[in-house]
Formats: sequence, structure tokens, C-alpha cells
Amino acid sequence: MKIFWAAIAALGALSLGGVALSRGETVNALWLVVAAICVYAIAYRFYSQFLASRVFGLDPSRQTPAHARNDGLDYVPTNKYVLFGHHFAAIAGAGPLVGPVLAAQMGYLPGTLWILAGVVFAGAVQDFLILFISTRRDGRSLGDMIRTEMGAFAGTVASVGVLAIMVILLAVLALIVVKALANSPWGSFTVFSTIPIALLMGLYSRFLRPHRVLEMSLIGFVLLMLAIWLGGVVAADPVWAQRFTFSGTSWAFMLMAYGFIASVLPVWLILAPRDYLSTFLKIGTIVALAIGILIVMPELRMPAISRFIDGTGPVFAGSLFPFLFITIACGSVSGFHALICSGTTPKMLENEGQARLIGYGAMLVESSVAIMALIAASVLQPGAYFAMNAPPAVIGTTVADAAAKVTSWGFAITPEALTQIASDVGEKNILSRAGGAPTLAVGMSQILSGVIGGRALMAFWYHFAILFEALFILTTLDAGTRVARFMIQDLAGSLVPALRRTESWAANVAATALAVAGWGYFLYQGVVDPLGGINTLWPLFGISNQMLAAIALTLGAVVLFKMKRQRTAWVALAPTAWLAICTLTAGWEKIFSPIPAIGFLAHAQKFSSALSAGKILAPAKSLADMHQVLTNDYVDCALTTLFMAVVLTMLAVGCLSIFKALSDARVTTEEKSYDLPLLRPQL
Amino acid sequence: MICHCFGRSFDLSKLGHRLTETANLMVGLPDYDAYLAHLGARHPEAEAMTREAFFRDRQAARYGARGGFRCC
Repeated sequence: MKIFWAAIAALGALSLGGVALSRGETVNALWLVVAAICVYAIAYRFYSQFLASRVFGLDPSRQTPAHARNDGLDYVPTNKYVLFGHHFAAIAGAGPLVGPVLAAQMGYLPGTLWILAGVVFAGAVQDFLILFISTRRDGRSLGDMIRTEMGAFAGTVASVGVLAIMVILLAVLALIVVKALANSPWGSFTVFSTIPIALLMGLYSRFLRPHRVLEMSLIGFVLLMLAIWLGGVVAADPVWAQRFTFSGTSWAFMLMAYGFIASVLPVWLILAPRDYLSTFLKIGTIVALAIGILIVMPELRMPAISRFIDGTGPVFAGSLFPFLFITIACGSVSGFHALICSGTTPKMLENEGQARLIGYGAMLVESSVAIMALIAASVLQPGAYFAMNAPPAVIGTTVADAAAKVTSWGFAITPEALTQIASDVGEKNILSRAGGAPTLAVGMSQILSGVIGGRALMAFWYHFAILFEALFILTTLDAGTRVARFMIQDLAGSLVPALRRTESWAANVAATALAVAGWGYFLYQGVVDPLGGINTLWPLFGISNQMLAAIALTLGAVVLFKMKRQRTAWVALAPTAWLAICTLTAGWEKIFSPIPAIGFLAHAQKFSSALSAGKILAPAKSLADMHQVLTNDYVDCALTTLFMAVVLTMLAVGCLSIFKALSDARVTTEEKSYDLPLLRPQL
Repeated sequence: MICHCFGRSFDLSKLGHRLTETANLMVGLPDYDAYLAHLGARHPEAEAMTREAFFRDRQAARYGARGGFRCC
């Protein structure tokens, strides 16, 4: 057995070394896959074993909440593989598909290394740790545990932070959809058609054949494929294509209206069926992409390290440290998982020992999705990648300008090649479609068409990929708006008790409108930004998500100290420190950097001096626009300050709790007592 | 149906059941049979929800104040 693991380690080191050190010639994506799998295998076998036995002391004989509070509904002992599927479906979302695509501007190597190191030492540790402590506390939520372990004040600060993160997350996800669907009649048609499909599924499952989820999803899937095909017909027809062509701003307003309507309607009508469809489509697409990469074995055409590690890149501004580490959040470490790991999963854990497979293991799989996204972005010709992801303010709006500009950076591409890619995927224009989805879709269509259909099906695969991303982002949008609404009702309810009444129609509508206005504001701001919006919003999202991870890991560290396991508490302290350094540095730079592309204040300064000179700078077209740009800068600034204040407060409270725990010789954490051991422990 | 491969035997119908269970739980629908079994064993006096009612109850729970939301 030792020899086996030594061989895995050697293979991993060899492929990682090969990927890292190759210069001049292209590297096959398979090496990246092999390196990643070896790293995951070793990390799972050794590090998670260390965490399970030495740090957490998982006890398979301990009764889990699923047994103790079994109600057949929320608390149900569940087979570990079944629960793994549930947990993975809950943590996998758009995040790991977008961040790595953006980070590819620095070459594939920095992103790969951060994804691997991040998941092994931070992301998977966080998921495992939170799942473990929540399981020992009856499956209580993150907010609840922060309140009991670190105090009511810390609990309130954390819930304000989570709400702010939610708003930014929803805005940035909506922006990705806008970028993919603006001026794309094919994409717009297919996404529109998901509404009647979902309605049909909803009515079917409510009245015709209730509870037949799989049957209904299969029907929905077939209709969806028909819609993609029909979208191609629509896009080819000049009259209909015109009717389904919408600008970015119209899409922004349609999304806000949709988010509002979908989240106040009964859930069974549209939200739930869409969720079923998008969940299965997501899992299926991830599997298809993995198989595609293994069959096609594409070459990585992006350089290992590009010149843009110096921070001058067009996709997102800022240098490798700290911005790479916040651009790739999900896939390395994602604070949102802490909400899932303290949500439904701990209530279904059959045996505490299985927390390792589900907490640590599922996150490794999630990380492999990020690696696949990075591969999909890196198999594109680098010139095409930059033309698709650089904002119009930098590369212009015609293929000739874009090709000339991108070639001048050293990534040769011809205008004809850009036109060819657009026509291959059935679009008029692929320039400046930042946000990950279109780039990933082109990469995926290249990989998947290599398996089925060749060039003839490329346009189909492209729109399949766009639809798949749009579908689950829209599901997140309406589900997220609902959750944000409940959070607002809860927080505002402490000031105005009438708002808390979730059965009151007026209170619901008011809170929903507030939630939509929150993310809608940032969405609109992103859509009209000539730098593409993703440039500003994605770093904010990354900072907030990593900040949530830092909060979760702080809670984990506090609990370890209270359990008197401080000798091994570094497993939580080290990633907390790293995340705090990254988010605080990035936040500081976003506010105070003298470069207007990075710093909000410098950007505001630039606009206000132009304003006092009576000049109007793009994107503004009028003086009112200029004032709007200034307001946006100050709002972004305030939000970043809020994030930094939240993380600093939580770190301070965390330190206090740790000192308090150290000064007490007893175990001070509030775990469920050990009772009724299981008769037959199953691992 | 039993399938013999890799020197072990697998019960295919059980595997199929597990896969269906996994797919259902992925969208937040727990196993109805497990619910019935639990109710029968622990609360034989309680009236069980019908399959339809169970489905509606779980659907409403998934999109309540908590849950149903994912990101990355």
C-alpha cells in the first residue's frame, strides 16, 4: 500500500512539474487532469484522515442528529453515497465555472496551483469542519452557531455580512447572464422558452402526476433540447431574430422583473421545476465535460504564465497577489459552502465518520469542476480568449480593432478568425462577452463537438452550454431573492416587527422589492459600465465570498480551542490568516489604489476632476451620468469598507473567544452530549 | 436482478433504487418509503402523509426561509 501511494505521489509530482516547467510548447490538458487527481487522492487519503482522527476526533459510535431527531422529513439517516450526491448538488453552482475562466488571463498555471492548494488546505477543510461542528450541534445553522459560540453581537455582524454578500452574488450572477444573452437572439429565445417549460412542468407535477420528479424532469429536458434547436431556427430568420434581440439594459430590467415575480409566486409553479431541471442539467453537463476532456485530450493553448500577472490584464485589474486569490473563490475555498454544510446535510448524516467523505470529498470534486473550467478556457486560442473577455473600452467594438489590439499584446489573432468563431457558434459577435459563461461555452463546444457532431454541432453545443449556465443562474436568482427576502424580514423585523410576518402579503412584497432593488442596483451599474462591470463586481464578490469563508474558519478555530484541541487548531488558523490577508489587501487596494482601474477612490477622483473641468468621460453621456458614476464609486467603496469591517470585527471577536477558551481549563463548547451509541457503526 | 462482475455480485434493482433516491434527494425530495418506515416504527399512531402530500410538504420546505439556495 505504501508503494501505491508513493507511486501516486511521484506521478502527481511528475505531471505537475511537467505542467509547470514546460516552456514554448503546448501542454496536453490531460497532464493537468492527472496532476489534479493525484493531489486530490493524496490530500483525501492523508490530510483528511489526519483531520478526521487527530484534529476533530470523529467518532463513528456517536449518535448523529439524523438518528437522534429522526422525523422522516428533515432529519433522515441517509446512505453516504446518496447524501454525497445531495451535498454535491447543493454546493456546485456557477462559481467554479466563472472564476477560473477569468483567472486564465494570467495563464493556466497560477490558477491551477491556487485551486489545488486552496482546496486541500482551506476550502475542503472549511466544509469538513463546519459539517463536523454542525453535526455535533443538531445540524444548527452557521449563524446560530456563531451566536452561541461567539456571542450575539458576532451573530448579528455575521448576518449583516451574509446579506451583503448575497446581494453582490446575485448581481454578479445576473450580470453573467446579461453578458451572455445581450444581442443574442438564439440564447434569448432558449432562455425565454424555459419559462413555459417550467410552468408546464410545475402544473404537471402539481395536478397530473405529483411527486414524479424524474419523469417531469425528463420531459422538461426533451423540451429544452427542442428549444435549443428552435432557437437556431429563430436566429436564422431575420424578422424573428430581430424580435428576440435585446440590449444589455433591457435584459437587466427583464431579469429584475423576473426575479421579483418568480420569488413571490408559489414555488411549485416555476421555481421548483426550474430548480429540478437545472440541477440535473448541471450534474449531467459536468459529467459530459469531464468525459469530453478525457476523450478529446485537448492541448492547452494559453501560456502557462501570461504577461498579465503584473496586474495590467484586461479581464480583471490588479496583480497576482491578492487578486488571483479572490478571483478564484469557489473551487478553492467558498464561504457559501459553510451555509450548506450547516444546512440540510448534517441533518442527514448517517454516521459521524462519513463527514469526511461528504465534507472533504465533495469539495474536492467541486474543485475538479474548477480545473475543468480552467481547461475549457485554456484550450481556446489566447487571442480569441482575450477578444471575448476584454471590455469594449479597451479593444473597441469591431473585429478589426479587437484583433489588432489583442495581437499587439502578443496574442496573435486575425479578424477573420474572430468572425469565424462567432459564425461557428451561431452568433453575430463574440467580442467583450466577459463573465465566463460565453468563454466557457466556446471552450466546451470545442471539446464536446470533438466527441459528438464535429463543427456542424458546435453552435448547438455552444447554446447548450449558455442555456445550462443561464438556467442555473436564474434558479439561483429567484431562490436567492427569496432567501434575501427572508433575511431582510428577519433583520428589519427587529426594528419594524410588522415586516417579520412572512404570511403578510404586503410585508413579503416590500421585502422582495428591497432585495431585488439591492442586486438590481449593482446589476444595472455593471451593465452600463464600459469596463464591462465584471471588472468591478467580480472582485467584490470574490472578496465577500472569501470573507465569509474566513468567518466560518474563525468559528471553526474557536470551536477547536474550546474543545481543548488547540495543538492542532492551526488547520483552521492558517487558512483563516491567509484569507484575511487576501481579502483585506484586496479590499484596501479596491478602495485606495491610485490606479483608477483598481481603486474606487482614484476612479471617483478622475471623474470628479473631469466634472469640475466640465468634461464628460465615457461611459457617461451627460452630466447626470457623471454624477451617477461618482455615486456608484462611493457605494462600491462603502460596500468594500463594510466587508472589511465585518471581517475585522469577526477576527477580533474570534481572538477574544480564543483567549477566553485558553484561560479556562475546561472544555467550554456546547456540544450535544454523547448518548445512545449506535449499535452497529457503519463507516 | 443480480449482476456478477469484478468478482462481486451487485443487485441491479437495488442500485437503480439508490440512483433514483440520489437524484430525488439532489432536488431536496427525501425517500417516501423511509418516511413511512420511520413513522410505522416510531409513531404508529400518527397518520402518514400521502405520497402527494409528502411531495408538496418537502417542496415547500426546500424553498422556505432556509435552503434551496446554492452558489458555488
